[in-house]
Amino acid sequence: MERLKLATVWLGGCSGCHMSFLDLDEWLFELSEMADLVYSPIADVKDFPHGVDVTLVEGAIANEENLGMAKTVRQRSRVVVSFGDCAVTGNVTAMRNPHGLGLEVLRTVYLVPEPGTQPHIPDDREIVPALLDQVIPLHNVIPVDHFLPGCPPSASRIRDFLKQLLSGTAPNRSAVQIRFG
Amino acid sequence: MSVVTLTINDRQITARAGETVLDAARETGIPIPTLCHLDGVTEAAACRMCLVKIEGRGRLQASCVTSALEGMVVHTETEAIREYRRMILELLFAEGNHVCSVCVANEHCELQSLAADHGMDHVRYEYMNPKRPVDVTHERFALDHNRCILCSRCIRTCDEIEGAHTWDFAGRGSHARIIADMGQPWGEAESCTSCGKCVQSCPTGALFRKGSTVAEMTKDRERLAELMVARKEKKWSV
Repeated sequence: MERLKLATVWLGGCSGCHMSFLDLDEWLFELSEMADLVYSPIADVKDFPHGVDVTLVEGAIANEENLGMAKTVRQRSRVVVSFGDCAVTGNVTAMRNPHGLGLEVLRTVYLVPEPGTQPHIPDDREIVPALLDQVIPLHNVIPVDHFLPGCPPSASRIRDFLKQLLSGTAPNRSAVQIRFG
Repeated sequence: MSVVTLTINDRQITARAGETVLDAARETGIPIPTLCHLDGVTEAAACRMCLVKIEGRGRLQASCVTSALEGMVVHTETEAIREYRRMILELLFAEGNHVCSVCVANEHCELQSLAADHGMDHVRYEYMNPKRPVDVTHERFALDHNRCILCSRCIRTCDEIEGAHTWDFAGRGSHARIIADMGQPWGEAESCTSCGKCVQSCPTGALFRKGSTVAEMTKDRERLAELMVARKEKKWSV
């Protein structure tokens, strides 16, 4: 069997989903028999490659960099998976939404005068990507093939999902596999 | 006691005359999902989760307020009904700010469970992200409007079981919200007896004990129905 190209991407999230991915422990050896990890925050690869079979996307779309990356992922991946509650729903990352648009949120967070500080909004565009006005789920910006909810999805949930996906069967959508939170 | 015979999902069942389709189905072991229904208080027919198809009637009917009648033919699980139920759940998630992962009711929430049961692995509608307050003025309990689905269980529980009628609705449409007394902070509502029954009745994490953190708010909803039975039959067991 030809080896599959697997990628994982970390957008607006806490990396908890990737920690859960690492919790797959020894099953990672089995996974490495089936697939090569061609791009990931836990792999030393600079650019997202072409011709990826499956990409797990952790995190919501919170800034311009997330948005650009999501589009690249879609163009270069056969199957895109919303990986975890932030990608699926916005989740904790989207909790800023009710507090106003991007700039209002930045003002609220950074321009609180405290004794001994000189409040300013970080604005080095080379380092800090501009916030989008609202945090949105991945499927609001690109078509998504599968949703793997959970905060984070447990290692067993990730394993069951990947086993089915990589063997070409439709992932099981029973309640225990898709419950939010 | 007169009895009627009806068909639910191709199964012939009997029900007491005057009983609702929901009760008749559940007594026979046929599950119908509900959110605003609470054993022990009157029906509100607010959530529409219990919609069923009754042959000969053009529209889907809320089974919690539809009487079981002789010869009725009911379907509870058609493809259209399942799709509508999922849409209802998705709309509830899109309308409020339901963040299961950081909610006091995580793992004990009826909304969260129903969503999973109905195959809701994402929400197809745009999130509205409304700005809603949290009322922490009560000494023992708190109300997070972000998690409220306006099922009105707390209103009916407070009115019908406790007899205080502290809670009610104010506002219309997406501005509708639960208010204490005439809209003052909960802690200043004079009619509230601090009994906590509303907290037990709430299907989500909207009403909770102060001091509970993520996933700590378990609820004991059966106690409310037991209380009503005990009062009616004058049988108290502890």
